[in-house]
Amino acid sequence: MIRMDKWIDTFQKNRTSQFIVLGLFILVSSASVYFLERSVTAFLLLLGSLLLLHYTHLTNRTKWIVGLLLLVVIIPLATSGGTSQQDYMEVAVQTGIYVAMALGLNIVVGFAGLLDLGFVAFFAIGAYTYGIFASPQATQLFHSDFFPLAGTWFWPFILIGGFMAAIFGILLGIPVLRVKGDYLAIVTLGFGEIIRIVFNNMDKPVNITNGAQGLSQIQQPEIFGFTFSLASQFYYIVIVILLVIIIGVQRLEHSKLGRSWKAIREDEIAAQSMGIPLVKTKLWAFALGASFSGMMGVVFSAKNMFVDPSSFTLIESITILVMVILGGMGSIPGVILGAAVISVLNLQILTEVTNFLTQNISIPDTLSPTKMQRLIFGVILVLIAVYRPKGLITAKAKQYDPAKLAEQPISDK
Amino acid sequence: MSHIFTALPQVLVDGLTLGAIYAVVALGYTMVYGILELINFAHGEVFMTGAFIGTGLLLSLGMFGIDMPAWITLILILIMTALLTGLLGIGIERLAYRPLRKAPKLIPLISAIGISFILQDLVRFVAEMKTGNYIVTGTTLFEGKFTIPFSSIIGSFQNATIKTNTIILIGITIVIMILLDIFVNRTKWGTAMRAVAQDQETASLMSINVNKVISLTFFIGSAIGGATGFLFAQQYATIDPYIGFILGLKAFTAAVLGGIGNIRGAMFGGLMLGVLEVFAAANLSTLTGGVLGSEYKDVFAFAILILVLIFKPEGLFGKSVKEKV
Repeated sequence: MIRMDKWIDTFQKNRTSQFIVLGLFILVSSASVYFLERSVTAFLLLLGSLLLLHYTHLTNRTKWIVGLLLLVVIIPLATSGGTSQQDYMEVAVQTGIYVAMALGLNIVVGFAGLLDLGFVAFFAIGAYTYGIFASPQATQLFHSDFFPLAGTWFWPFILIGGFMAAIFGILLGIPVLRVKGDYLAIVTLGFGEIIRIVFNNMDKPVNITNGAQGLSQIQQPEIFGFTFSLASQFYYIVIVILLVIIIGVQRLEHSKLGRSWKAIREDEIAAQSMGIPLVKTKLWAFALGASFSGMMGVVFSAKNMFVDPSSFTLIESITILVMVILGGMGSIPGVILGAAVISVLNLQILTEVTNFLTQNISIPDTLSPTKMQRLIFGVILVLIAVYRPKGLITAKAKQYDPAKLAEQPISDK
Repeated sequence: MSHIFTALPQVLVDGLTLGAIYAVVALGYTMVYGILELINFAHGEVFMTGAFIGTGLLLSLGMFGIDMPAWITLILILIMTALLTGLLGIGIERLAYRPLRKAPKLIPLISAIGISFILQDLVRFVAEMKTGNYIVTGTTLFEGKFTIPFSSIIGSFQNATIKTNTIILIGITIVIMILLDIFVNRTKWGTAMRAVAQDQETASLMSINVNKVISLTFFIGSAIGGATGFLFAQQYATIDPYIGFILGLKAFTAAVLGGIGNIRGAMFGGLMLGVLEVFAAANLSTLTGGVLGSEYKDVFAFAILILVLIFKPEGLFGKSVKEKV
């Protein structure tokens, strides 16, 4: 036993050995994804290597390089082996979209401590912003040959979609900020429903959103004559946006704004008396969080080439909230993990288990796990709230070394 | 525009019906909030479960061929439903709220959302197993219909029709509200409840068993909510597992409108919201010249909620509380 402990101890300190084990793990899992026909387990193991990477003691730089290599090269390559490449990539794209949204909600809920139950509204705003202008709907609306916009407009629209969502975030924020805590949750929930009902009914008197039928024939992104149409191509768009978002969020967390958010979360009155402008800080949280969601909304509508109000129901908002809570409010790696776990659970595991069950034992359709989504989410929420309110990966506050701080002369910076 | 005026009696009847339901459900929210300062998100689902339990009992009575006078059946089912949903309420509190009493405020809200999802899915599951469809249509106990001759009072009014079920619904909810008011204001347990709402620690020093009082509050709130669920199922015939959420939200709006924590306020807020909503559903398209139709009635209710929270967060009858450091 003692030797075992020693072994573990040296392993924890030895970066090279960790690197080798990680490399072997990645090799085995990617090879099995490549050679096995549609094996969800192998795919999960491959994704799990990202988690393993998080727990290694490698330097931050190595972690980033290995992570990028995994995302950009290894995962696309490994999945290209069988016939189900597009299925895997579809899951990966959806997961990426959810991770971005969860990171956005994490700013509002995790950093600033404002419970938002209507977050999917911003996703809807992003999706509709691109959807209206890049589909024949715009031609009807403006009677101009300029519309629908060509696929090259997709790129600026990522920013425009984010910007529109941010504006709505502020519009929601201004009246809502007088409301506190659990009231805020109810009001945002109401706001989410209002947006959905409005989109559902804006086909009259002027047909803007085409009502419940939704918008179809939305243009696919295009660059230098190349059209993005497959999931494996969208994958790269999502990865790029996601990287920008992750780096942005990490920089934000320890910035002055990020620290103000946390101060407000811990104690509003104390924060205010330290000179933090409450309204401005909270509005920034709403605007930035919403903008991530809006950007991914644009990607979502371009990928599906179709949007309708049924994609933006309350359960979607709650799904994103579950991701944040499961992962750990305020913890960036946690939220990424939570989002990945829940979306892979939703998109793959539940369907796979259902297929397995229906093939092997005949179960009634009502019992099928895909239909039990609400029950599963409910159980996760209750269990996490009662037993692990800080989530899977607890948020860590940045530690300052008092000795080091004492050495530095106090400057204005 | 004259149409709005002539149809007013019917709007009033329908509005009061809906309002009575909101009022009783709002009581559940307000009582719990008054004591724990917690929005019992799952309360709408308790109402929904009550609707299903009641309808299930009624259907199984029919299946066993038990034949009783309609009013005895009604009272029996109401009592059974109330007992069961009351116990459900106690269970929810034990499981999801009590362990979190000292946690930050966000956490119990999250477990409440969890509970409400669990209830929705369990009810869907049972309903689908039993009937093959999660939308259930029950039988009605009372079939009758009346016409109230409003036109004989004021000539330009149209007559309003009212179902026997509606009269029973309004009657029973009024009885519930009066009984609850007496209970809270006149009895020993009611006094204990108000004491706990004011100050838990001091109340416990006065030899009040705080946990028991909280359980009792959940029992009463859930029992009357569940019983109203059955009345709702009788009134509107069709129920599904997702009715509780929106209705709960509106009932909460009613509670806020009347000043949360204030029992009489919740009753008034419920009735007012019901009438306003039915009025909006009937007349929004006339009033806005066809721009907004009756599909915006939910938006209208939420808009009221948001406006009240912004301009008069203490509600119409509540006292405003300053936050202390």
